[in-house]
Amino acid sequence: MKVRLYRPFDAAAFVAVLPKTVRAIAVMDRTKEPGALGEPLFLDVVAALAEHWATHSGNGHMPKVIGGRYGLSSKEFTPAMAAAVFAELRKADPKPRFTVGIKDDVTNLSLDYDEDFSTEADDVTRAVFFGLGADGTVSANRNSAKIVGENTPYYAQAYFVYDSRKAGSVTVSHVRFGPRPIKGSYLIHKANFVACHQFHFLERIDVLSLAVPGATFLLNSPYGPDEVWDHLPAEVQEEIIGKKLRFYVVDAYRVARDTGMGVRINTIMQTCFFKLANVIPPDQAIAEIKDAIKQTYGKKGGGKVVEQNFAAVDGALAALHEVKVPDRVTSKLHRVPPVPEDAPQFVKNVLGMMIANRGDELPVSALPNDGTFPTGTTKYEKRSIAQDIPIWDPNLCIQCGLCSLTCPHASIRMKVYDPGLLTGAPEGFKSADSKGKEFPGWKFTLQVFPDDCTGCGLCVDACPAKDKVKPKHKAIDMEPKLPHLERERRHLDFFLSIPDVDRRQVKHDTIKGSQLLLPLFEFSGACAGCGETPYVKLVTQLFGDRMLIANATGCSSIYGGNLPCTPYTTNAEGRGPAWSNSLFEDAAEFGLGFRLAIDLQIQYCHELLRRLAGQLGDELVGRLINNKQESEAEIQEQRRLVAELNQRLATIDSPDAKSLLASSDYLIRKSVWSFGGDGWAYDIGFGGLDHVIALGRDVNILVLDTEVYSNTGGQASKSTPRGAVAKFAAGGKPVRKKDLGLIAMSYGNVFVGQISLGANPVHALRTIIAAESYRGPSLLIALSHCIGWGIDMAQGMSVQKDAVACGYWLLYSFDPRNEERPLQLASKKPTGSFKDFALKEARWAMLARSKPAEAERLLALGQRDIDERWTLYEQLANMTRAGVKAAVGGDGHGQSE
Amino acid sequence: MSVDLSTQYLGLKLKNPLVVAACPLTGNIDGLRRVEDAGASAAVLPSLFEEQIAHEEAELAKVHEFGADSFAEALTYFPQPQDYRTGPEEYLELITEAKRALRIPIIGSLNGVSTGGWTRYARMIQDAGADALELNIYYVATGMDESAESVESQYLELVEAVKQSVSIPLAVKIGPYFSAMANMAKRLADAGADGLVLFNRFLQPDIDLESMEAMPRLVLSDPWELLLPLRWIAILYGRVDVSLALTRGIHDSQSLLKALAVGADVAMVASVIYRKGFSELGKMLSQMQDWLAEKEYSSVEEFKGCMSQENCPDPAAFARGNYMKALTSFTGKPI
Repeated sequence: MKVRLYRPFDAAAFVAVLPKTVRAIAVMDRTKEPGALGEPLFLDVVAALAEHWATHSGNGHMPKVIGGRYGLSSKEFTPAMAAAVFAELRKADPKPRFTVGIKDDVTNLSLDYDEDFSTEADDVTRAVFFGLGADGTVSANRNSAKIVGENTPYYAQAYFVYDSRKAGSVTVSHVRFGPRPIKGSYLIHKANFVACHQFHFLERIDVLSLAVPGATFLLNSPYGPDEVWDHLPAEVQEEIIGKKLRFYVVDAYRVARDTGMGVRINTIMQTCFFKLANVIPPDQAIAEIKDAIKQTYGKKGGGKVVEQNFAAVDGALAALHEVKVPDRVTSKLHRVPPVPEDAPQFVKNVLGMMIANRGDELPVSALPNDGTFPTGTTKYEKRSIAQDIPIWDPNLCIQCGLCSLTCPHASIRMKVYDPGLLTGAPEGFKSADSKGKEFPGWKFTLQVFPDDCTGCGLCVDACPAKDKVKPKHKAIDMEPKLPHLERERRHLDFFLSIPDVDRRQVKHDTIKGSQLLLPLFEFSGACAGCGETPYVKLVTQLFGDRMLIANATGCSSIYGGNLPCTPYTTNAEGRGPAWSNSLFEDAAEFGLGFRLAIDLQIQYCHELLRRLAGQLGDELVGRLINNKQESEAEIQEQRRLVAELNQRLATIDSPDAKSLLASSDYLIRKSVWSFGGDGWAYDIGFGGLDHVIALGRDVNILVLDTEVYSNTGGQASKSTPRGAVAKFAAGGKPVRKKDLGLIAMSYGNVFVGQISLGANPVHALRTIIAAESYRGPSLLIALSHCIGWGIDMAQGMSVQKDAVACGYWLLYSFDPRNEERPLQLASKKPTGSFKDFALKEARWAMLARSKPAEAERLLALGQRDIDERWTLYEQLANMTRAGVKAAVGGDGHGQSE
Repeated sequence: MSVDLSTQYLGLKLKNPLVVAACPLTGNIDGLRRVEDAGASAAVLPSLFEEQIAHEEAELAKVHEFGADSFAEALTYFPQPQDYRTGPEEYLELITEAKRALRIPIIGSLNGVSTGGWTRYARMIQDAGADALELNIYYVATGMDESAESVESQYLELVEAVKQSVSIPLAVKIGPYFSAMANMAKRLADAGADGLVLFNRFLQPDIDLESMEAMPRLVLSDPWELLLPLRWIAILYGRVDVSLALTRGIHDSQSLLKALAVGADVAMVASVIYRKGFSELGKMLSQMQDWLAEKEYSSVEEFKGCMSQENCPDPAAFARGNYMKALTSFTGKPI
C-alpha cells in the first residue's frame, strides 16, 4: 500500500483499504527520528489502527505493526530488500524496528537479504555505462532514453550516478528499455549490456561485476580487436571468459579526433550501443541520433558542430569490431587496489571500499562513532586523471614560485635543501642551485605529483620564464604524462623524503617563501583549473598548522570535506587545520562560535596558570601569558613553552593541573577562519556575516568570489556583475554587483582586503597575512575564476589579470590599524575598456550574441560602474584621518576610537 | 563639360567607380549610411568568416559542455541560450536592414576556404537581399606537402560550389601570391567568377619583443601599395571576361584615376576614410570629375582601360620594363 497524501493522515481511508486478511504490517519510513518511539508514518499507522480497533473490536485481532527504515542517504531499496521485509513479517517474532539496505552490525536491527533475488524481466534491456563527466556519456544516455521513449513503443528509464569530485569525475548511467512501464526505482544490478567508455577504468573499477552471463561488453579501446586482449587486466579477462560475454571494441577517441570532436565521444559510443543492443533498428537509431544532434546544436548556432557530430556518428560503426575471445586468461596485468598497500588500516578498509564504489557494503561498525573522519586522506587516492602534466626545466626556472602558488591541487611543490640530502637520489632527479640570498649553497627542486595533477595548465600559464632560443618552451611545459609517469613517481618518492625547510627560515611574505611552506590542503576534488583552491591552499601554507575552518556549504565544502577523502592534511608533527561544515548560511557565526570558545579556553588557561604560578614558576607563566605570538619564531617558542608546561603539569597532582593539561594547547594562538563562496557571503549568509564583523572579534573571513553559485551550476548571486548571463539572469543581470568590501569598511574597525592571485599575487599574499595578524574581524574577498565564467580555465589567472587591468576588479586593503590612510589601493588607474574584457568571457559574450542591444546597454552601464567605483575609491584612499580631523576642526568630532 | 561617372561592375550599374571595401566601417547601419552620404556608389560588407563562425560554434558548444554532467548538483553551468547568434544571423539582418535603408547596392562578403556546408551561407546572403557576393579567399598554406596545384584546385572548387548555390553576381577577392596570376585569373573566371578584386591585404602577425609573443596587427594601407594591383589590372584588362576591382592604396583622386586608366571597373577604398574621414570620398570624386573634364573625357567608360597593357603605348612596360626603368632612373644613365 502506498500513502500518497501523508498529512492530514486519513486514518479512516487507511483502515478502509486495508484488506481484511492482513495479519501483519511493516511500515517503511524513509527517515530517522532519533529518540522517537518510531518513525512518523509508523506512529500514524499504529495510532490509526489502535483507534479503529478500540472502537471496532469486532474486527478480530489488530494486525501486528513493525516499523522499518530504508533508503536513507539514497541507499538502495530493491525487490530483494522488499522480499526480506515480507520474510520478516512472516516470522512469529519479527523485529519490531529494523532497517533494510545497510548492514547494521551495531544494533543488529538490519535485515539480511538475498543479493541474487531479482524480479527483472528478460525482455528488458538493462544497460550500464561507465564514463567520465567530460566525455559526454551522460548526455548521450539521456538522449538515448529520449529517442527510445519518444519514438518507439518501448518504455525507457535512465538514472545517472555522479561522482562527488568535480575533476575527472566518473559517471555511471543505468538505462532500461522495455515493453512495459518500468517501475524499478533502483540501480541495475544485473546488466545485459555494459559499456566502458574509458579504457583506464578497467584498472581501477570492476565494471563487469554487474554483467549477467551472455551480456554484451562494449569497450572504448585504443587497441584494436586483435591486440586488446593482451592489454586487459587478468580479472577482466576472467570475467569475460567466465560469463561468456560478447566483447566489442571501438577506438572512439580516434574517431572523435578524426572528426574534430576532441574528447567528446558521446555520439560515437551511443551509435555503437544502438548497433549492438538492437533496441530499435540501427538505421532508425542513427537517424534519431542525428535529429537529436541537430536539435541540440542547431539551437546553439551550430553548423560546423552539427557536421562534426554527424561525421562522428557515421565513423563510429566502421570503427566497431567484435573481439574473438580466447578461452583462457593470459594477462599478467592486474587491477590496482583502490589505495596503496601501505595506507593506514582505516583508509584501506573503509575509505578504500568507498573509493572502489563499494561503500554501500560497509557495515555500520566500520564508520567512526562521532562522524569525525581523519584528515590527509586524498593523498591515498591516486586517481591519475591528467593526460598531460607539467615537466620542469631546472636550467630555465627562475624559482619564482608562481606555478606552485597557482596550482589548484597542490600538485607542484618546491623545496630548498642541503646538497648533502641528494645522496641516494634516483637517477635523473632534478635540482638546481637555490637562487637568491636566503639559502646560499643549497639546492632547489620543483616536483610535480604526476598522479594527483589534473592537467589543468594553470601553472604553465603563470610561468614567466621563457627559453631565449625557443620562447615557446617555458621552465614548465605540459607534456603527455605516460612517458614521464614512472620516472616522476620515483622522483616524487625521493622528493617527499627531503625534509621541509624550517618555517622560521622562510620569508612568508614573498611568493617564493610562501611556496616553500608545506600546503596543508592538497589533491582536492575541485574542478581542474579551479580559481578558489589556490587561495585555500595558500592560507593553509601560512597558518594551517594552527587553524580552524568553519566552512559554508558550497564548492569549498564539497571539495573541502568530501567523503571518502579529505584534502586538509597535517604536517610532519601531525598539526593541520581542523575543519567542519555546519550549514550554507552560518559559516560566519559558526566561526565566531569557534572564536568565543577558544577565547574562553584561553581565559581559563590564564586563570589556571596564575593559580598554579607558585608551582610552575612565575617566569614560565609570565612568558606563556605575555608571548604575543606574532611571528613564526614566537609561535614556535610558545609551542616549546607549552611542551615545557605540560611536562611540569604532569608532575603536579591537582585538579587545576589536570584541567590545564587538558586545555594548554589553547595557549598557542589559533587562527580562526570562515570560508565560503559569494552565494554565502553576499546572499544567504550575509546577515550572519554582517553580524559577525560588527562584533569586533578576531575572526578571518575568506570569500571565494566566483560571482555565481558555482556548486549548484551557476545561479546569479548578488555578486554577479551587471550584464553577465547566469541562471536566473538569462537576460543578463540588470543590476550592479554588490560592493561587500565597501559595506564592511563602513564599520571602520573591520580589516577588508580585496585580492586576486592572478593579477597581483604579492598583494594577495601580504593582504592575507595582514588580515590574519589583525586581532579584530577581517574580510578577504578573493577573485576566483570559475567554469561559470565561460573561459578557458587554463588561462584563469590571466583572465584575473585582465579583470584588474580594466578596473573591473579593484585590489585594495583597508587596515584599521593604519591611523593615517587605512585604505590602500593596489590597483592602478584602469586601462582598456570593460567591454573588451567582458566579451572574452561567455557570460557576457552570450548576451552580446543573443540580445546585442541589451548587451550594449548593460556593458555601457558596466563601464560606468567601473568609472564611478574608481572615482569613489580614489577619493576614499586619499582621505586621511588627519585631513578629516582638520576639516572638522581639531579634536572635536574627528577623534579616533 | 559634364562627365558620365557611371560604371558597370558585376553587371550592376553604379553611379560612380568609388566603392567602399569590406571593413568595419560597413559593419553597421550607421556606417553604411555615412558611406552612402559620402558619395560611394556601393558598399561591400565586412567578411563573414568561416573560421570565425566555426570557432565560435565550437567555443559555444565547449562552454555548454565543459564541466557539464559531471557533478550531481551542477549538471550545467549556463542557462540554455535563446536566439543565440553566432554571426550569420546578425550579418544577414544587417544586409536586410541595409537594403531597406540605403539606395546603393550592397555587396555581401564571405570568407572561407572549404566547400560543403559552408556554401549555404552564400545562399543565405543572397536570400537576405544582397545585390552581389564577394568571396574573399584567404588561406595560408603552411603544409610542406601542400602543393600550389592542390591549393589552386581548392579555390576553384570553392568558386564553382558558391557559384552554383547563388544567382547573384559573384566577385572573387584574391591575394597576389600566385605563381601564374594571369592563368589563375582566367581559371577563376572559367569557374564562374563574375569579377575579380585585386588584391586582398592579408593580416600579418607582428611580434612583441618584450613578451616574446606573436600578436595580430592591423595596419592601414599606404599609397605605394597601389602599384601591384595596378600592374595586374593592366595586364588582365580585356583578356578575362570579368569585372575588375582594384583595392589597395587608393588614397586620392590620382590613384582613383590610375585604377580606371589601367582598366578597373571600380576602385575600392577603406584606409583613406580612416585616415582622412568620409568627406575625402566626395573630394576624390569631384577632383576625378574635374580631371576627366579637363582632359575632355565624356565618361568613365571612355577613360577606362586606356593605360592597360593592351592599350598603353609601351605594353612591355607592364611585364619587364618597369624594372628596367627604375634601374635606369636609379643609376641616372640610360641602359
